[in-house]
Amino acid sequence: MAATSKVVRPPQSPGALQWLRENLFNNLLNSLLTVISLAVILFTLAGAFRWVFFTANWEPISNNPLLYLVGQYPRDDLWRLGVGLVLSSFLFGGSWRVWGGVLRTLAFTYALFLLAGVLWPLQAETLTLTMRAFLLANLVVIYLGFAFAGFKFVRPLSVLFGWVFTLIITLVLLHGISSVAFLPDVSTGLWGGIMVTLILAIGGITLSFPIGVLLALGRRSSLPVVTIFSTAFIEVIRGVPLIGILFLSSIIVPLFLPPEVRIDRLLRALLGMTLFSAAYTAENVRGGLAAVPPGQVEAAKAIGLNNFQITILIVLPQALRAVIPPIVGQFISLFKDTTLASGVAVLELLSVGRSILQANPQYIGLQTEVYLFIAAVFWILSYLMSYASQRLEVALGVGQR
Amino acid sequence: MSANHSSEQPIILCRDVHKWYGNFQALKGIDMEVYKGEVIVIFGPSGSGKSTFIRTLNRLEEHQKGQIIIDGIELSHDVRNIEKVRMETGMVFQQFNLFPHLTVIQNITLAPIWVRKWPKEKAEEIAGQLLERVGIPEQAEKFPGQLSGGQQQRVAMARALAMQPKIMLFDEPTSALDPEMIKEVLDVMVELAKSGMTMLVVTHEMSFARAVADRMYFFDDGLIVESGTPDEIFNNPQEDRTKLFLSQILSH
Repeated sequence: MAATSKVVRPPQSPGALQWLRENLFNNLLNSLLTVISLAVILFTLAGAFRWVFFTANWEPISNNPLLYLVGQYPRDDLWRLGVGLVLSSFLFGGSWRVWGGVLRTLAFTYALFLLAGVLWPLQAETLTLTMRAFLLANLVVIYLGFAFAGFKFVRPLSVLFGWVFTLIITLVLLHGISSVAFLPDVSTGLWGGIMVTLILAIGGITLSFPIGVLLALGRRSSLPVVTIFSTAFIEVIRGVPLIGILFLSSIIVPLFLPPEVRIDRLLRALLGMTLFSAAYTAENVRGGLAAVPPGQVEAAKAIGLNNFQITILIVLPQALRAVIPPIVGQFISLFKDTTLASGVAVLELLSVGRSILQANPQYIGLQTEVYLFIAAVFWILSYLMSYASQRLEVALGVGQR
Repeated sequence: MSANHSSEQPIILCRDVHKWYGNFQALKGIDMEVYKGEVIVIFGPSGSGKSTFIRTLNRLEEHQKGQIIIDGIELSHDVRNIEKVRMETGMVFQQFNLFPHLTVIQNITLAPIWVRKWPKEKAEEIAGQLLERVGIPEQAEKFPGQLSGGQQQRVAMARALAMQPKIMLFDEPTSALDPEMIKEVLDVMVELAKSGMTMLVVTHEMSFARAVADRMYFFDDGLIVESGTPDEIFNNPQEDRTKLFLSQILSH
């Protein structure tokens, strides 16, 4: 026995053919089922392919790409959105350099969208050459951002501030400043499409996250007033459907305000979505807070940290890491729930699609195409968020202690 | 060392310390005086209040009656006093309680940077020296989850020492360790004791007590049953409960 010093190898995994024979064709019934399933799959795929490329009429989309993107936003003022796009391109490049990993994938996806815009075979009057050239230039800007972030003084935090700055600057530009001659106000009634959907989603997420964390901390506070307020807020909001909150914020709240105080319609919808999402985020974060072992807080106290430092340095980093999956789930559902804002006359993507169908008699019967397109847009963006969260979990080592 | 302290102030002074959890009384009047440089070993059956007692000394547990004075500062509801006492006492836990999201060096430098307000370079330099002292300088950039239990506990000691405390509290530091790792932790504790650190150690490691303890306290049912030098406790225990307990833990 001792003489046979042969290296013991793990069992070889079978080749593809071997695997097929063992699993799909190992007896008559299984072979039959395999053939039938294959036929059904091929038939379905072929049908779908034929429908998408030959039967379907994509005119409601291909003739109105700008409506889906920005709604009725004045075409002469589209340069304002362009500024935001250029800043975003620059920051996508920078984020790629600074964080790598998932941000690289996102920057690539973003570049792919731009490229699709450049090359899309649409008529010249809907997507002018100037626009195509602008989108192409953005690809260069991504590279510039990537190169710029190579400088030593660019830190992850500066890129993060860049994003916040871009968000604010873009919103201010889109809205206009009445005292500046070349920036006349553009009523949010004219805003629409994917632009509004993204404003509601990104705005709702960035605002509701800190509020949710504060509410979760408040609910565990030792001060009874804070606890009662946080708990009451969370439970009331969670007990009401989102559409109810949106109606409340857009119709009932203005009734209580003096007539000269007018809050913008889009802003009211954003407020409603933020509060709604904050309550759910709070409950998710609370779960994460409860999962931090009490020994962590004791150890932090024992080395002399005060309560604020313990929360910021010890408890929150561990709690938030543990709840990335449910929080991202919450953000994805917030993103999809932006469609409910159509109920309070906010022209987000879904209502743009609906109004294009209603306004053009020649599109009668093309609902399937329009709604499938909208569904695809939502699916792609939701999947990107989900993908980013999975990568983030791996990067932060969720589940490892 | 334990004799002739009459002229000196005790660094830890406890008078008639009581502690309740609801209706359950965990401490029933503890009196203790510890002088600078002494090594105290506290032992007793589980549920005897020994862990509760050591945790009242840096106010992880609040005592409801009696007086605790640490280096001249009385522990009360005054938050500033609690913070001062915590800066002067380091604590090592049974479950290590390292911060899993921070590297070893970040674990150690956290408090010096945020509480003592040292510059990062100074904190890291001292952390490096401490890791050298506990024998694991090569682990600085690892995360706690990548270390063995014995290494984690030594990092925990370095973390506590980084605040340059006057007193070190140990709450069953070797109870969660695999047997082969107990020695590496005890070695560091012995070295620390010999360097003149004031130490209170809740432990059943009687070899440690024999080697470095100045005095031993036997806790049972929330009270100090007996105290004395290791020689007195091991060779001539006065109380039946002490004898019984010692025979149980020394028999194997």
